[in-house]
Amino acid sequence: MMVGFFFALRAGGVMTSLTEMLALFEVLRKDPEAQSAEQFYFLARTCLVKDERLYDRFDRVFAEYFRGAERAFERLMVGVPEEWLRALGERLLSAEEMRQVQALGGWDKLLETLRQRLADQRERHQGGSKWIGTEGTSPFGAQGYNPEGVRIGQERSRHRRAVKVWDRRDFRNLDDRLELGTRNFQLALRRLRRFAREGAAEELDLEHTIDATARNAGLLDLKLVAERRNAARVLLLLDVGGSMDDHVRLSEELFSAARSEFRQLRHFYFHNFIYERLWRDNQRRHLEIVPTQELIRTYGPEYRVILIGDASMSPYEILQSGGSIEHWNEEAGSVWMQRLAAHFPHLVWLNPEPASRWESTASIRLTRELVGGRMFPLTLAGLNLAIAALRRRGGVADISH
Amino acid sequence: MPAKRFSGTERYVVTEELMSAVNAAVTVGRPLLIKGEPGTGKTQLAEEVARALDRPLFDWHVKSTSKAQQGLYEYDAVSRLRDSQLGDARVHEIRNYIVPGKLWEAFNADVQPVLLIDEIDKADIEFPNDLLRELDRMEFYVYETRELVRARHRPIIIITSNNEKELPDAFLRRCFFHYIRFPDAETMERIIAVHQPSLKKDLLAAALARFFALRETPGLKKRPSTSELLDWIKLLVAEDIPASALREEPERAGLPPLYGALLKNEQDVHLVEQLMFINRRVR
Repeated sequence: MMVGFFFALRAGGVMTSLTEMLALFEVLRKDPEAQSAEQFYFLARTCLVKDERLYDRFDRVFAEYFRGAERAFERLMVGVPEEWLRALGERLLSAEEMRQVQALGGWDKLLETLRQRLADQRERHQGGSKWIGTEGTSPFGAQGYNPEGVRIGQERSRHRRAVKVWDRRDFRNLDDRLELGTRNFQLALRRLRRFAREGAAEELDLEHTIDATARNAGLLDLKLVAERRNAARVLLLLDVGGSMDDHVRLSEELFSAARSEFRQLRHFYFHNFIYERLWRDNQRRHLEIVPTQELIRTYGPEYRVILIGDASMSPYEILQSGGSIEHWNEEAGSVWMQRLAAHFPHLVWLNPEPASRWESTASIRLTRELVGGRMFPLTLAGLNLAIAALRRRGGVADISH
Repeated sequence: MPAKRFSGTERYVVTEELMSAVNAAVTVGRPLLIKGEPGTGKTQLAEEVARALDRPLFDWHVKSTSKAQQGLYEYDAVSRLRDSQLGDARVHEIRNYIVPGKLWEAFNADVQPVLLIDEIDKADIEFPNDLLRELDRMEFYVYETRELVRARHRPIIIITSNNEKELPDAFLRRCFFHYIRFPDAETMERIIAVHQPSLKKDLLAAALARFFALRETPGLKKRPSTSELLDWIKLLVAEDIPASALREEPERAGLPPLYGALLKNEQDVHLVEQLMFINRRVR
């Protein structure tokens, strides 16, 4: 039964491992308190789930798995603490039936009824994947969900106690189906690190100390150097609004990864394409404008520039002066892009659109040419390629003609 | 030996789920990773576990510059070099210059200790990976003296994280995990009762209502937490503010008294003020 639960968890997106499952068994064996269903739920969650964002998925699998399949239940009854059965009983029987059963003579009878009830349930709900009951007509009504996952028919507090913890789904908004994950981004970004010694000399420089001590006829002469720090300077330019709305989460994730990795990170926003102005704060885009020219003056060519945008627009927006959809631009976007690329030799464009679509979109082809072919998909593999491209100079010659 | 079980202390309220997580970690001897909003008592948990089970506590506070090695031991080459200059006899024994870290100290304790590794996410992204073997086998090797240090009693390890960095999978697999959620009103009352036993009922109710309403304000940069609520209530008591001053009444809606204990940046204060102003006009 537990093996089935293990696979149900993995199928449900909680990637738990065998060692974690074994740890749970160990706890269940050693822990005298692991008697009730609720305790079992807590212990299983502690051992198997390592991220609060997965709590909700765990709750759902748990509820689904222990809710009903008859086979699971039958195996459950072998050597399972009584309280657990009672908890299940409370979930599956109405208050009245419980009273009846107790009057009829305790748990033996109750188990019989439960068994029937479970068989019954299988037949009645066979087609559906979710239990949707209406109160009064079915004993499972209280455990039903409406499509939004809101509980209905929950007036019996004692019953609620037996199921509440995992059915409440308190952690629903922590689940965000991370695909790439900040950590992966961070691991990729850290390859951009360039260590340099800056600031006050605080660290012992062993080699120099030995050397100086030897020259000093064996008398100790300490030499200090500054600590090594990550001196990579990164400029992040993000496309916001419009067609980028679909990719907001991905860009945000990259942004937060970059932010925690680089101390010297500056970021600016643009809309669709680079023109003569950018802005620092997306909410005050009309108030705090930074001229692109100022960007070029302020940040030296040692900065690594990462542009993030889908580059999907009408080609006019790139090639024509006045082509911007937002304002009148004196010079075409392509001119500004060339200036940027000429000033910053280390520059890449990350595109969240799938690479298969690039060739068929004129504006993406154009943009790709403008950045000297250094456009990469915004995936982990793409980011790795982009970082590799950032580490070497290049592409300048193709652009400046 | 029947292990003692942790069930909170007189000054620390634990939920049932946290209790079972701690006890599972103690029973099986695995590290327990604790996450949760700031101010939910993550660090304090280790102190209270140590107190409740009557165990010594070793506190390894991780900083952004911490290295995993520092928790094991450090070899003080500079003082050995200096001693050699001064002709100190100690210099012949390398053991004299090996400074044990917190993990070593915990491994060496006479009874099973509690080891707190606080804010593990502050350190470099590879930091947790460097501790895998140590946490798994509870042993490490000292290269300078060629000896193996093994834990005399498997310590109860409690690790806290604020989620600033994601932790590696291999590390997570070796830990038990618990997320301390923000206490609901009922638990909060118990927590306050523990800290302020003589608090008047009506003041408590008014303060809690105000506090939870404030937390629900959309767009707050930093939502006030348990520790801030406790500070606030302490202040309310010290200033002798009556419960009636806390109730939200339309004619004098505004920031709650002594709001500085709850709202920690001026944008939030401004936001709450504005919302209250709007509310007043609607009424």
